[in-house]
Amino acid sequence: MPKSETIILDEAAISRALTRIAHEILEHNHGTENVALVGVRTGGDHLALRLQKRLEDIEGVTVPLGTVDITMYRDDLASRGSLPVGKTDIPFPVDGKRIILVDDVLFTGRTIRAAMDALMDMGRPRNIQLAVLVDRGHRELPIRPDFVGRNVPTATSEQVMVRFDDNQRPVEVCLKKP
Amino acid sequence: MAFNHKHILGIEQMSAEDITLILDTAESFKEISLRSIKKVPTLRGKTIINVFFEASTRTRTSFEIAGKRLSADTVNISASTSAVVKGETLEDTAKNLEAMKPDIIVMRHSCSGAPHYLAERCDFSVVNAGDGAHEHPSQALLDLLTMRQHKGRIEGLTVAIIGDITHSRVVRSNVYALGKLGAQVRLCGPGTMIPPGIERLGAQVFNSIDEAVSGADVVMMLRIQQERQGKTMLPSLREYSMFYGLTPERMKLAKTDALVMHPGPMNRGVEISSAVADGPQNVILDQVENGVAVRMALLYLVSGGDKLEDSAQ
Repeated sequence: MPKSETIILDEAAISRALTRIAHEILEHNHGTENVALVGVRTGGDHLALRLQKRLEDIEGVTVPLGTVDITMYRDDLASRGSLPVGKTDIPFPVDGKRIILVDDVLFTGRTIRAAMDALMDMGRPRNIQLAVLVDRGHRELPIRPDFVGRNVPTATSEQVMVRFDDNQRPVEVCLKKP
Repeated sequence: MAFNHKHILGIEQMSAEDITLILDTAESFKEISLRSIKKVPTLRGKTIINVFFEASTRTRTSFEIAGKRLSADTVNISASTSAVVKGETLEDTAKNLEAMKPDIIVMRHSCSGAPHYLAERCDFSVVNAGDGAHEHPSQALLDLLTMRQHKGRIEGLTVAIIGDITHSRVVRSNVYALGKLGAQVRLCGPGTMIPPGIERLGAQVFNSIDEAVSGADVVMMLRIQQERQGKTMLPSLREYSMFYGLTPERMKLAKTDALVMHPGPMNRGVEISSAVADGPQNVILDQVENGVAVRMALLYLVSGGDKLEDSAQ
């Protein structure tokens, strides 16, 4: 492993963070009524699946799960080139739902802005809440998470990566220095 | 994988990876057309001009809807309402359009190579919506998407294309695209409608429709382009229909789960009988549906900027 890389969260820490977030979601929403999880591709969708399992373990209820690909809503198409567009799959009506948007790393907030626009185009959710595994700061938009696994102070030049194994299980979160 | 073509002129210049990327992108765009709000902001602020020097309903509408669903501003020009009838040259028309700063021109023209001519001379991206008897890339791509959707793959399929091979740009684009993705292409039609040397593109030529259809996974019928026929090409439509029309009996020679495709518009009772056109194996309207998604993918992919570096977050 290169010297410039530090592990911020290992598998056990990620697991504990997800369990805590699941409890916070239940506490905040007084249960699972109308709650639905939407993971942001790619990374957030895997975490949303884990959270769905946690909620099921705690409450015995399977909340609806969707994924959203924000490529079509990006604000940097001209400078980034055409990125591959993934599938958006929201298999439930979003109207009236309390949507928990799930992403792995919260950085500038632009991805979340795009994801919220994508959700709004599909209907009128009751509200949208944001759950992230890591908040690394440096917001460029007025967006704040409702549920955070870990706050990590970073420099803009650093990279925060969530690694998943072949079964899309989160294994570790690492901080890469340039 | 990045897509780095500024123009979509034909399938000939594309790699198998390009084609697969376009099909995958189209697959992701399909869902938008099923939403109640059928619009995403992807191409907001882009201007697309559809310039059709030849009659078209399906392709033009499909491109226009594709542009609008991606939030681009689309403008249509057809030959009959343009300055072309006043004697303006193609290049002058294009330069005048260029001065209005469009981002993409979607063009159909009766001359092969017309979009290539513009692509060399103008700043905007050019998407070929059919040039003469040369290529019709978006049609071939929507055909492939439809085949992939129903068969799960393109590689190893046997595709029989029957009709007026000479005048068909749909055929040329399909022969290239299917060949690149590893399908077998059979071409069949009256001798006067098979251009000499077409085998060089990698297709097999058959004289009998029965042989061409036997064991095929896909049977694609072409329209007899009555507006392009000299009197000598066909003795009569009735004779054509007898020898080359697709009937339920002939369809039985193909695989039991074979698909019937047609790029439209259909001449019912000429190249295809109504029983087949409306039969359970037809996927003709799936082709039209997929057309919008494929064209959204093309407009999206040519709109990417120059910088293609990847960033993790």
